[in-house]
Amino acid sequence: MLSRRSLLLVPAAATLAAGPAYAATAPLKIAFVYVSPIGDAGWTFQHELGRRALDAAMGAAVKTSFVENVEEGADAERVIRKLAADGNDLIFTTSFGYMNPTLKVAGSFPSKKFEHATGYKRAVNLATYSARFYEGRYAAGVLAARMSKTGVFGYVAAFPIPEVLQGINAFTLGARSVNPKAATKVVWTSSWFDPGKERAAADTLIAGGADVITHHTDSTSVAQAAEEKGVFSIAYNSDQSKYGPKTCLTAVTHNWNDYYIARVKAALGGTWKSIDTWGGVKEGMTRLAPYNAAVPDAVRKEVDGVMAAIGAGTRKPFAGPIADQDGKAKVAAGQAMADKDIAEMKWFVAGVQGKI
Amino acid sequence: MDEVMIAALLVATLRAAAPLVLAGLGELVCERAGVLNLGVEGMMLVGAVVGFAATITTGSVWLGLVAAMLAGAAMAGVFAVLTLGLAANQVASGLALTIFGVGFSALFGAPYQGHPIPGLASVVFPDLSRAAPLVQQVLLIDPLVWLALAAPFVVARFLDRSRPGLILRAVGESHEVAHALGYKVLRIRTLATLFGGAMAGLGGAYLSLAYTPMWTENMVSGRGWIALALVVFSTWKPVMLALGAFLFGFVTIAGFQAEAWGIPLAPNLLATLPYLATILVLVLISRDTLRLKLNAPAALGKPFHPAG
Repeated sequence: MLSRRSLLLVPAAATLAAGPAYAATAPLKIAFVYVSPIGDAGWTFQHELGRRALDAAMGAAVKTSFVENVEEGADAERVIRKLAADGNDLIFTTSFGYMNPTLKVAGSFPSKKFEHATGYKRAVNLATYSARFYEGRYAAGVLAARMSKTGVFGYVAAFPIPEVLQGINAFTLGARSVNPKAATKVVWTSSWFDPGKERAAADTLIAGGADVITHHTDSTSVAQAAEEKGVFSIAYNSDQSKYGPKTCLTAVTHNWNDYYIARVKAALGGTWKSIDTWGGVKEGMTRLAPYNAAVPDAVRKEVDGVMAAIGAGTRKPFAGPIADQDGKAKVAAGQAMADKDIAEMKWFVAGVQGKI
Repeated sequence: MDEVMIAALLVATLRAAAPLVLAGLGELVCERAGVLNLGVEGMMLVGAVVGFAATITTGSVWLGLVAAMLAGAAMAGVFAVLTLGLAANQVASGLALTIFGVGFSALFGAPYQGHPIPGLASVVFPDLSRAAPLVQQVLLIDPLVWLALAAPFVVARFLDRSRPGLILRAVGESHEVAHALGYKVLRIRTLATLFGGAMAGLGGAYLSLAYTPMWTENMVSGRGWIALALVVFSTWKPVMLALGAFLFGFVTIAGFQAEAWGIPLAPNLLATLPYLATILVLVLISRDTLRLKLNAPAALGKPFHPAG
């Protein structure tokens, strides 16, 4: 099948070469499992950039491969099991829904190493990693508030899970830090990837007066809708400036290059451990794409400053006082939310118009 | 709520519904001729990718639309050879056509991912993004939306009031009788199937060239299946089908609008509303079972052997 075509790239004979006799010279075999086609922008594309960086940095010391478009669930377990059986030493599974399949396969292959992105189940040979996307979202909120005339923002979101809610809340808090009256309208598409539905959602938000729109979905249609109608957008996952040359202000992106290189070096050096990594601006895992020409210098400086302060730890997106939608105090002044509470976030901050 | 906002919501409704109307009308004509083609989703995907590729290669969105119609018709041609020529099972062949379309469009489209192109509305009116708000809304009603508004009436008139339409329906009701009267059943069914494919291709191209001007794998996201369902729920009537599609689009947009206003309804419920509302309304307006039986093409999905 086409979506499994990359499996064919893993030569069956390579399994033989991975025997102990060759351990000193054979390259470390690394496999990646992707939830969608790679494309040229989006969640999977960012992980693929990491894989390519790994190839470039490690050269002959590693041999990487990937399988794209692997559905979450039973199919995923079959693919991960095959990759482990094929002699891959380190396997990265890059979507939340691979959590249980990865855990199961890791149990059957104790000599192999596994890493699962955005999950929370670990084992001796299974590490987890994710990025604090919300840190970039906070800075994007500052940028949006500076560029907006109406102070009303549109947010096209997929599902009300903590990762998405963190982003919406951080964006709103960032915007309100410069415009206390700013409001974020949220619309759910109930799908990670449906260009048409994302487009319809963006159209509705723009019709409702939002003059900066952003999204937590996987296609580029929100940036395109904004470009067509002449309002600003802030993209997610990858730089989408070519889809909004005049209007896409920046993108909140995630970058796994350094993380993958560090983990592979640890595996090669024998220091690999099952840990949980939650990196952000400081680690370079969450970044902003280059600004649009429409962003004035003063605003660039301000947003860069916010990113720098978040990276230095002097500014925390979820620092009090924070009230929820009903005005109930959630975080007291002078305090910041603990990581555990951020990870389990299930409520909206004041300023968000929408329902979970 | 001012007039710009109302206009924007209505235009967004029209644009969300246009691909459903186009693809649905094609399938409707095909089914009225007695051919059940479940490959709409696959034909839409192939139309979307071929139209996009042709637009990039030739630089003309119009040639892209023509190419999309030809590609959709070519897919339908394969289906016609299998089901009409070789009398293969229509349900199985249609499903296979969709599966093939999903795979083929992904393979063929791989080099075309990530090429941004201006949408149809921007091609027709280059200054679209700078137009005054109300003017912009009117300009966003691009030629294909106008087609989706006019085509249901044209198709209805063709089926109900023209001689070729009557013959087409006769073939769909009873191929033996039509055959006995001297009509070329297989030729008529092939033409209807090709028309269905061309319209599905056009519907797919509306997505990749006008609505979300880009190509990504599986971008049709089930709209082919919705178009198929609309054909049945509209009791094979073109104008009802268009009404159903616009209602579906309207409830989708209205649901988003309700969320943006912060109306306290669960998002999951809102996401199901378009389906519920469309089915409910179409069932209610067509609940006369006698008429329903009269409208359903009696020979739908049945193979025809000229010799027998």
